[in-house]
Amino acid sequence: MAIKQLSVFVENKRGGLVRITDLLAGHGINLSALSIADTKDFGILRLIVDDTEKAREALEANGVLVKVNEVVGIEIPDRTGELSRALSVLDDEGINVEYLYAFLSAGGTGAYVVLRVEDNATAESALTSAGFRTVTERDVRK
Amino acid sequence: MEQRYYQAGVETMPREELRKLQNEKLRKQVEHVYRSVPYYRALMDEKGLTPGDIGGVEDLYKLPFLSKSDLRETYPYGMLAVPLSDCVRIHSTSGTTGKRVIAYYTQHDIDLWEECCARAIVAAGGSKDDVVQVCYGYGLFTGGSGLHGGAHKVGALTLPMSSGNTDRQIQFMMDLKSTIICCTPSYAAYIGETLREKGYKPSDNTLKAGIFGAEPWTEEMRRDIEKSLGIKAYDIYGLTETSGPGVAFECSEQHGMHINEDHFVAEIIDPDTGEVLPDGEKGELVFTSLDKEAFPLLRYRTRDICVLDRTPCPCGRTHVRMAKPMGRSDDMLIIRGVNVFPSQIETVLINEGYAPNYRIEVDRVNNSDTLDVFVELSPDQFSDTVGAITTMEKKLSAAITGILGIHPTVHLVAPKSIERSEGKAKRVVDKRKLHD
Repeated sequence: MAIKQLSVFVENKRGGLVRITDLLAGHGINLSALSIADTKDFGILRLIVDDTEKAREALEANGVLVKVNEVVGIEIPDRTGELSRALSVLDDEGINVEYLYAFLSAGGTGAYVVLRVEDNATAESALTSAGFRTVTERDVRK
Repeated sequence: MEQRYYQAGVETMPREELRKLQNEKLRKQVEHVYRSVPYYRALMDEKGLTPGDIGGVEDLYKLPFLSKSDLRETYPYGMLAVPLSDCVRIHSTSGTTGKRVIAYYTQHDIDLWEECCARAIVAAGGSKDDVVQVCYGYGLFTGGSGLHGGAHKVGALTLPMSSGNTDRQIQFMMDLKSTIICCTPSYAAYIGETLREKGYKPSDNTLKAGIFGAEPWTEEMRRDIEKSLGIKAYDIYGLTETSGPGVAFECSEQHGMHINEDHFVAEIIDPDTGEVLPDGEKGELVFTSLDKEAFPLLRYRTRDICVLDRTPCPCGRTHVRMAKPMGRSDDMLIIRGVNVFPSQIETVLINEGYAPNYRIEVDRVNNSDTLDVFVELSPDQFSDTVGAITTMEKKLSAAITGILGIHPTVHLVAPKSIERSEGKAKRVVDKRKLHD
């Protein structure tokens, strides 16, 4: 079950980020997870929110560049080496990870890792076969 | 396509006859200027010239040039060739590069200028049945008045919108079914962009043609505007010093602008030596006004770099055509010793699939020139990976390097973050001047 993610183009200048978070707060959007990739000129803010469609509309209406895509989420048990094991599974399948970010699960049993890969279905089935639990949007929003 | 002319007689006049007309007018004009403008008489005296030495266009090369600095030196009345009481209007340049230049007009001068604009409107397919939306600025700037007067002469319904207030432009365009729009190409592009954002398709408007000028623009930008507005886009050329827009205009061929040679004689010179260049060679455009009364400039250097084409035009007009100027030589940037026109960068941007919203910044860091190009990213180009965007930046940078021979740093920026222009676009920031 892939998770919907929002990617937002943010110019690397003062007030760039707060403008986005303010807009989302103003529309009653709650953030579940986020990460930022930054370069000298710009950053890409990646968000998982409670209402992806509403967030996209609000940002687009304000002229913000937004893209919605699907990412894979898995639960990583709180044991040494588990993330490495998950990444090895993907490596063995020849799946390249574009980026990933992690956050603690609400239950506190481990971490959730969000992965951006070329082919979500293949990645999910490889990880599931290796015993990892995939995470749904509902899990993330808990 | 059926050809129509505003003044068929003179627009399609056989070349020999046209030359005779030019010679007659020129002899009278030189006499008029020599008698009425002490500043120019002194320049002629310096060369030992009298009006009798100028028998016709073939003697033009003997006359001294005028340039913007002469007009500044003689500000405000020094070039005036008739009593002020015979003048009915002034117009003025924007003055961004120094002191403003003021041009004077008698009623005769206004009429001939408006007739030139009327020729342009008819060449773009206009008639008394058209609704002409003029969104050039009105006021001291010649754009608004020129096309407005031209549209009146044609007998079209004229909407004197002036520039700006884009929502109102669009409302009038839709409600009053405008068929011809006149403005700067950058404003036309902005109106097209706004229409699209409002959810209009190009076929939703009733426009058929646009007459765009007052700033340099590229063939790529023409195609872009034609697509976004669903029209044919025609170029028009002019400058305040020679009267305003309408000195030259495009016909249905859209292949060079016919210079209204019954009023203006064009020459191409080497900008360094002042030598007249043979037809077909690129150089600086020089105009001589043949029959303006109040502000009759002889051999005025425009700073515009272009080429003349004297091959016959299929439209039937016999007047010489000038190519789209690459840009005013004032706009030319010299970066690391290489001559760069902003229009060259614009061509690359549009060819690479970007919208023509850009800013060029030139600076000097550690005694070396830097070129930064800021370009807006469009929603369909945006990707969630940094790699994809930096790859786009590198590809665009390589494409610009391929054309200019110097390497720019490309910055992709958010949509709408580059200021839109309702008049002449200001796309170049040369920070080197601050250090001098």
